[in-house]
Amino acid sequence: MSALDATKEIDEAALASAPLGGGRGRLIVRRFVRNRLALFGLIVIVLLLMAAYLGPYLTHWQLTDIDFDNFQTGPSGSHWFGTTQTGQDMFLLTMRGAQKSLVIGLIGGPLTTAIAALVGSVAGYVGGWVDRILVWFIDVMLVMPSFLLLAILSPTFKGKTWLLFVVLLAAFAWMISARVIRSLTLTLKNREFVLAARYMGVSTPKIIIRHILPNMASLLIIDATIGVAVTVLGESGLSYFGFGIQPPDVSLGTLIGDGQQAVNTYPWLFMFPAGILIGIILAVNFVGDGLRDALDPNASGAKAKAKRKSAAGEGDELPGETVVEIAQ
Amino acid sequence: MGAYLLRRLLNYLVLTFVGASVAYLLAAIALNPRSNYEGKHPTPPPAVITQMLNEKNLNPDTDVFVRYGHWLDGLAHGNFGTEVQGGSVGQDLARRVGVSTRLLLFATIIGAVGGVLLGAWNAVRQYRASDQISTLVSFLLISTPVFTLAILLKAVAIWINNATGTSFFQFDNEYDVTVTAFWPQLLSRAQHLVLPTISLALGEIAFLSRYQRSTMLDVLGSDFLRTARAKGLTRRQAIYKHGLRTAIIPVMTLLVYTTVLLFTGATFTETIFDWNGMGQWAVTSIQGNDTNAVAAVALFVAALVLIAGFLSEIAYAALDPRVRA
Repeated sequence: MSALDATKEIDEAALASAPLGGGRGRLIVRRFVRNRLALFGLIVIVLLLMAAYLGPYLTHWQLTDIDFDNFQTGPSGSHWFGTTQTGQDMFLLTMRGAQKSLVIGLIGGPLTTAIAALVGSVAGYVGGWVDRILVWFIDVMLVMPSFLLLAILSPTFKGKTWLLFVVLLAAFAWMISARVIRSLTLTLKNREFVLAARYMGVSTPKIIIRHILPNMASLLIIDATIGVAVTVLGESGLSYFGFGIQPPDVSLGTLIGDGQQAVNTYPWLFMFPAGILIGIILAVNFVGDGLRDALDPNASGAKAKAKRKSAAGEGDELPGETVVEIAQ
Repeated sequence: MGAYLLRRLLNYLVLTFVGASVAYLLAAIALNPRSNYEGKHPTPPPAVITQMLNEKNLNPDTDVFVRYGHWLDGLAHGNFGTEVQGGSVGQDLARRVGVSTRLLLFATIIGAVGGVLLGAWNAVRQYRASDQISTLVSFLLISTPVFTLAILLKAVAIWINNATGTSFFQFDNEYDVTVTAFWPQLLSRAQHLVLPTISLALGEIAFLSRYQRSTMLDVLGSDFLRTARAKGLTRRQAIYKHGLRTAIIPVMTLLVYTTVLLFTGATFTETIFDWNGMGQWAVTSIQGNDTNAVAAVALFVAALVLIAGFLSEIAYAALDPRVRA
């Protein structure tokens, strides 16, 4: 075989392994899907969302129904998760609690990242005394005892919507991410495309939104996912003590708090809410880990995984990427 | 470097003061100590309640900044104020810090050492069965909130107690108060420590081992480790003498922060196992509308954050010679 034929063969092999019609987004989705744990986590979250919102329609019990024949009975045909001491259906309560926890997490996580991105990028890009004030503000918020302050403030939103509670939760969780975003912004500030935009006269807000933030998209996405888990954990911890979601509103934290004394005698009062809470946080953690591997395969831990996979022959990375990996 | 540390210390002190002040002002505005008295039977006349509240600087009708001034004045003289029930906040603070320290001592040591070792070991045996199992178990433990884990452990312990007919696992407070002799009391304390320590240490081991594993993986592929092997060190020597020390630096900041802040995270554990420490006080003081106690807890937490930050900077400088100017 002549050298020309050999090179042609290599070219064809490389072209064949490149994803057809792919872009970076398609590649990320493919990497994510390959990670079975992450896919499993995503499916679990979707199933839980469906169960939480559609589940209550499957049983005929309502939230205000009291079953006088079945106080504190175990799981049965008519009460799938059993009943509480006051005769309420446990399945309904658990699903309502799951709704609350899921929504709080799915709103609170991205909200935390949004606040962090706003403060961090403005501090990093504008610099000067704005930067110093914002950094000092971040430090003050870090020192605040967030659990105590949230607990003290809890009676004030007794009558109002729980949305206020979510905002407060997010207000105490954004600080560390803001620091990381600020240092990333500092490195991005002097890149050519940012300088070019500045010299063209593009206004500061536009530069931040159009150039700086999209370049740290992977960090922001991962941060939002972790934020979901942190928000759910924080909310359930506060609700456990009675400081978060107020009765008669129900959340997984309040259910666990109510059912803790009866773990050995009437286990269904505790096990179902606890199991679903653990399931939610576990699934979110899996998805977050999978996203981190998919968005940033050069991150620690993923390097060895990629090398092993490509050695096994699953090469659907762009040819350029393989070269970059070897060069590392 | 000394000047730098001094500046950081001053910065931390100002921040601690601001944090504690905000907590006091919020507590003074939002809490209502009057409700403690109004719930009593027979209800004291309002004038008497007002006088009692004024004595303790707890009257919600006084201007909040006047009360703040009194509180600051007391602090300057080392007096943390009076509780709603009449005790001294300062004395309670000292006692409860001791209780919390006794609870957390073993948990933090076991958690820190166990986490680092488990993470390093998993990194070395990446993708073997032990790593996969450890990863799954760690994920499960990280995803379990502390209070859920503690309640589950308590349930398992009760089940074991009933099944074996003994009362090996104890979980009400620190020790059995009816036991007074030295060795039996020590044994009783140990028995009461087992469950809280496990519930705190498990979470910390799982959390730290994940971080340690990823930093260790970075180090395992590095040049200096390969050089050490080329020099003739065995694999074990190279990893544990050179690799671990480098891999531990990023984890150290995290480690110091979580260790010091475990005081506040023990809120759930102390409540569930009925230890009268700082964590439990944080909850009961708010539920009891005790403004001075809440302020003292907030001051304690803020001071802890200060100490944690300071210690982590010193630890970083000690471990990483590149930082020392």
